[in-house]
Amino acid sequence: MKKLTRLLAMLLAVSLLLPLGLALADDGVSSTYTYNYDYWGGLRESPDAYRVDQVLYSATLGLETAMRRPQSLYVKDDDLYICDTGNNRILQLKRENNTFSLVRVIDEIKGAQPATLNTPSDVSVDPEGNLYIADTNNNRVIKADKDLNYLQSFLKPNDSTFDQSLNYLPSKLVTDSVGRVFVLATNVNKGLIKYEADGTFTGFIGANTVKYNMWDYIWKTFFTTKEQRAQQASFVPTEYENIYIDSEGFIYATNIVFSEYDLLYDNAKPIRRLNAIGNDILIKNDRYPPIGELVWVEGSQDYGPSKFKDITVLDNNIYIAFDRTRGRVFGYDSQGIMLWAFGTKGNSEGAFLSAVSIEHMGRDLLCLDENEASITVFTPTEYGNLIYQANDEYLRGDYDGSAETWRQVLKLNANYNSAFIGIGRTLMRQEQYEEAMDYFKMSHDRENYGRAYRYYRKELVEKNIGWVVAALACLLIVPLVIRKVKKTKAEVEAYERSKIAR
Amino acid sequence: MNAAKSLGNVSAQGGSRQGWSRYKASLRYGLYVIFHPFDGFWDLVHEGRGSLLAAHTFLFLFLLTYVLRLMITNFQFITAPLQYINIYEQCGSLLLPFLILCLSNWALSTLFDGKGRFKDIYMAMCYALVPYILIQLPLILISHVISFDEAAYYSVLASVSVIWCVFLAFVGLMQVHDYSPGKTFLFLIITVFGALVILFLLLVFFSLLSDAIGFFVSLYREIAFRLY
Repeated sequence: MKKLTRLLAMLLAVSLLLPLGLALADDGVSSTYTYNYDYWGGLRESPDAYRVDQVLYSATLGLETAMRRPQSLYVKDDDLYICDTGNNRILQLKRENNTFSLVRVIDEIKGAQPATLNTPSDVSVDPEGNLYIADTNNNRVIKADKDLNYLQSFLKPNDSTFDQSLNYLPSKLVTDSVGRVFVLATNVNKGLIKYEADGTFTGFIGANTVKYNMWDYIWKTFFTTKEQRAQQASFVPTEYENIYIDSEGFIYATNIVFSEYDLLYDNAKPIRRLNAIGNDILIKNDRYPPIGELVWVEGSQDYGPSKFKDITVLDNNIYIAFDRTRGRVFGYDSQGIMLWAFGTKGNSEGAFLSAVSIEHMGRDLLCLDENEASITVFTPTEYGNLIYQANDEYLRGDYDGSAETWRQVLKLNANYNSAFIGIGRTLMRQEQYEEAMDYFKMSHDRENYGRAYRYYRKELVEKNIGWVVAALACLLIVPLVIRKVKKTKAEVEAYERSKIAR
Repeated sequence: MNAAKSLGNVSAQGGSRQGWSRYKASLRYGLYVIFHPFDGFWDLVHEGRGSLLAAHTFLFLFLLTYVLRLMITNFQFITAPLQYINIYEQCGSLLLPFLILCLSNWALSTLFDGKGRFKDIYMAMCYALVPYILIQLPLILISHVISFDEAAYYSVLASVSVIWCVFLAFVGLMQVHDYSPGKTFLFLIITVFGALVILFLLLVFFSLLSDAIGFFVSLYREIAFRLY
């Protein structure tokens, strides 16, 4: 009887464990490739910050005509807009209970001239629900209300600063809270074209500065003839690739035209945060500026710098850029410190062939692949959420809570540099300077270490002031005594010698 | 410096005890040299005030200081990836250029009526390293009691040590060869090119050597293959 009960108990235990074990095994399969960089720029693999939640294809969305070379995503609350550029339409989807369903197809603006869209490549929606569409091959940015009635259009600026011989091809656009429209147009390298809400053109902002080196300049000015110069490429600023406006009204712009050499001293600035007058105010407090991939594998197919096709900004100024070179997503916090990176090139789930656009829905990320015409939805894992939570808590001023969260992050990833800094800061606020120093040392944070050390040194000196004074006194008195003794000795010797001589 | 002089005189009498005191005197003479370089370097070689053993000691101490600096300077002031550092490699990368530069300087200056022998050049160069040792060793300790904000003191002292060494090396070469400053400067530049030539020859030598060895190895393999 006893045996039987034992057997039953064992069976029960096994049956309880079995599904749990299976669940764990299933969870252990990583669908993406994640890592972080250590202080020396080496790769440190980390747990997945994001996992693929679902992948949306034309078929899963039940579209009659499949998407063709979609160029852009836009998210407003639960609505997802896809610029299906190749089919001259915009798809509006809605996310409900984590399933995306088609709401409507926007391919006609009532009352516009012409009413149909021609290769729309970007879309934006303001708080009232008005749509702004960069209607590229119709040479206009069109504004429509939420029922798709034509409101106004932003045309080629009739201004002398705009080269009238150029075709006006708006490709990307953002709108700010007061209805200003910033447009990025193909072939325009003076920066973003800025329109007021009433449609008047008010100038360019944030032009890339022209880069040339001294030798090029000397060569071109003094050693080439006028005819040669006319044939050579002149020094022109480069165009931006994509733009995003954050909740504070600053425009994040990405740039993919630069030389690899410029990355070395951060002259390339692939990611910029532009203020109202177009200056770059991105904060870079890490050892490496936010340039994406640091380790380029020689001879590999995706050798070369990261080319950020798109960028999106979460709350608390966490920005996430989408790299076309490697199909990889890079996340940075407001201080320019890398949070994580994931994704790779390929056909499998969570990999991309031709990254083109990224958007966020809450903390979920939606990544658009141009050639596959698919949208991959990523949701943060426990690890990813903890990182966000710790950042939120720190910025909110809940330092103790933030340290606690960082400790949990460290349990999942003992190589996480920001966690060490976060804990160190909190310890310093709690006046545990010695422990804080340990954490800062582990994260190679010199400045904070120095700060903690100064407090620690002060405390140490104050505690041992007696010994310090004694040591100083010894340093002064001992040589004096020695000199006195030597002097006396010499005098005695001299006296002895004089006695002998006498 | 009277004490050093008298000790030097004592050592002239010979014997092992005298040898030891001469060594001590020549070590102490390093202090005189760094503060009175023009006088000091002249006497160092032409009056026999320095010793080769002391020069070796200074070179050894220099390497030691360099390694200690990498290893135990407070991390606020130095970015050394300790996990990737190989001490022997570091020492070698200092020692090899040092010796090659001495060699190339000797080889070139002998052709252009430089007075210095190789031993003299080597000795002068080693004595020129003394400020580095004297400043960097205490700096290692200092780095542990100052904070990042006070880094200016650290970096000023560190650069002083290097500039002082370079200046001493320059004066040393000038006095050893009995050159004018302009000629010394010219020869410093030529020396660098000479060193490059030596490196090139070494490279060629070793690659030919490895080819030759490779030939005999493959010959042996071929024979062994045919025989069995």
